[in-house]
Amino acid sequence: MSDERPTPKLDELETGPWPSFVREMKRAAEGNAMADQLLGVLELSYDDRVGHWKHGGVVGVRGYGAGVIGRYSDVPEQFPEVAQFHTMRVNHPAGWFYKTDALRKVCDIWEKHGSGLTNLHGATGDIILLGTKTDSLEPAFAELTENGFDLGGSGSVVRTPSCCVGPARCEWACFDTLALTYDITRHYQDEIHRPSLPYKFKIKSSGCPNDCVAAIARADLSVIGTWRGAIEVDQAAVGAYAAAGLDVRADVCDRCPSKCMVWDGRALDIDNGACARCMHCINAMPKALRPGKERGACILIGGKAPIVSGAMLSSVLVPFMKLEPPYTELKELIGKILELWGDEGKNRERVGEFIQRVGLGNFLEAIGLEPKPEMVRNPRENPYVFYEEYFEEDSK
Amino acid sequence: MPDIAKRKTDIGPPHYEQFLPPVIKANYGKWKYHEIPRPGVLVHVGESGDRLYTVRAGSPRLLSVQTIREICDLADKYCGGYLRFTSRHNIEFLLSDPANVDPLVADLAAAGFPVGGIGNALSNIVHTQGWIHCHSAATDASGIVKALMDELIGRFTSTDLPGKLRVALACCVNMCGAVHCSDIAILGIHRRPPKVNHERLPKVCELPTVVASCPTAAIRPVRKDGKETVEVAEELCMFCGNCYTVCPAMPLNDALNDGVSIWVGGKVSNARSEPAFSKLAIPFLPNNPPRWPEVVGAVTKLVDVWAANARPYERMGEWIERIGWPRFFRLTGIEFTKQHIDDFRHAETTFRRSVHLKG
Repeated sequence: MSDERPTPKLDELETGPWPSFVREMKRAAEGNAMADQLLGVLELSYDDRVGHWKHGGVVGVRGYGAGVIGRYSDVPEQFPEVAQFHTMRVNHPAGWFYKTDALRKVCDIWEKHGSGLTNLHGATGDIILLGTKTDSLEPAFAELTENGFDLGGSGSVVRTPSCCVGPARCEWACFDTLALTYDITRHYQDEIHRPSLPYKFKIKSSGCPNDCVAAIARADLSVIGTWRGAIEVDQAAVGAYAAAGLDVRADVCDRCPSKCMVWDGRALDIDNGACARCMHCINAMPKALRPGKERGACILIGGKAPIVSGAMLSSVLVPFMKLEPPYTELKELIGKILELWGDEGKNRERVGEFIQRVGLGNFLEAIGLEPKPEMVRNPRENPYVFYEEYFEEDSK
Repeated sequence: MPDIAKRKTDIGPPHYEQFLPPVIKANYGKWKYHEIPRPGVLVHVGESGDRLYTVRAGSPRLLSVQTIREICDLADKYCGGYLRFTSRHNIEFLLSDPANVDPLVADLAAAGFPVGGIGNALSNIVHTQGWIHCHSAATDASGIVKALMDELIGRFTSTDLPGKLRVALACCVNMCGAVHCSDIAILGIHRRPPKVNHERLPKVCELPTVVASCPTAAIRPVRKDGKETVEVAEELCMFCGNCYTVCPAMPLNDALNDGVSIWVGGKVSNARSEPAFSKLAIPFLPNNPPRWPEVVGAVTKLVDVWAANARPYERMGEWIERIGWPRFFRLTGIEFTKQHIDDFRHAETTFRRSVHLKG
């Protein structure tokens, strides 16, 4: 195409040391008309500084209401090959682990049925197969499922759950993030594929408070590993860090948010009762310190980006929960939340916004959880308190 | 059309276990500690004494099947076919033989994949679709990221920053990805109200849904030329685009006024300080493809000033918290304007309600 329709602005982004997405588009374009015309659409956007995509029109595979993002060009006469350019979201394996034969299979399917362009991965976690025509959706889906892959979520569904690398490669994992993610993904297949909720519901699991999948910022239900009891200390290893040049007092003790540790040059003394379990000291000295032995997770609720009524971070719902298969306590909790919010939530109201509207206290009451001081930064400051119950004069 | 009786649905993702290399299966949940022997390389040591080497390489996120196959070739050659990806679009090669690390890094360099993003470094920039695929994008995503990473690649391949540096880009306020809690967030913004297409709206949109979609109640039903449609009270519009997402007849893309804002000091990790939102640093920069020099210049400056002034372990927000916002604006040379002062819900919680004023 470059002969007939030059792309000088995009060509500029083929230069420079960072790997180029334009090179990727051009590689795909060698044998694919959709990828080829996508270059033209993007060059047009670079010329006139607006996007050229329209949403709308429900497309998908039979029996699902999710997993495909319908997309149409607003310049279809100019670029007929991408007049329809739908995305398929394919549920990734937990922790984004692959063997090459499985990944090659996905490539073969997308070379045959789509643009040959992908995102590894989308923000929610799915494999993003970027751009195909309506008629190709069902054949692509059939081949994906034949090879062990299924679509993920989109729209008002439980979105594809995702998690950090967890115990597969991290000594800090306080629960098995991969096992939990696989289990709940299977458990909620219907809720992932068939929209039945007021809006999206994201579940993300991080094995420790470092929160490598940003669960607290992005997930409606954030599962973040933590522990109870004392941090395990190898005093000799602390000494080795100090000997190797780490300023244990300045860079570890003084940076501790709860100021719960003292280093006297020989031993690290931790007041575990005061520890906020933030991970800093463990991050700084991974050979010397480890999370305590009683491990589980804190369950938080309500995180979201700005749409509609402002960004929110998740807040504490269950301070500590043991997470072992079959995860009955967590599933019962999620079930109650989905039922309540599913019934009472307004269209496009995330669960965090729903809680804002009805009040966290009322929400807790409705799902049968006791209020706990861990749930708030501080008790209320405003004296306008609602009471449903009050005393009445004895009428006798 | 496939036979309905044979049609498979709701099988869920492949089980991850089949994709775990033997060294991970043998040490699953029994890792003891890890080290960073060199930038972009991790070694995890199990209780058993086994060692797992990880080589992390940056990718453009947008990958052709041809390049994925090349990546697979490298994983076959050095890792027994096992690899993974990170939540920030990095590729991780999982090796059990340390002798394979150097040749893999060399092959990656030859194929154009930088190795880095681990420890006190800039990791890959989480980003969205932009003009490549999104209907509501106020800017492109891949173009800015490419231009910026060309400039900042040295921060990816080394580990000499004060702390971790997490940069993210979202092409509109929908914010696919955790942009709002990043050390530096690059956010596409619209600045003009939607333009209602009164011809099309009654045909493609549900009136009550459109009216209810507006968080500031700026949309009202109205009758125009005998058609039931809506009008927008423009002074109430904050350009969120929620109406456009529920109703395609209300586009708000505007070549002259769309652009980019820059936010700083957010984080998601609980380490030291609590997770925090990013705060507005620069309200507006123009869309200037293909290399967005204003955006690249502004972000590079922010990184340089932080790197030069922060103490060990201080993330961008922790550094600003210590020195105070007035000094941040002085050091970076960014002008503080009316737009920096919040005026949405709970705005007053961001006002300085004391005389603790750092110099």
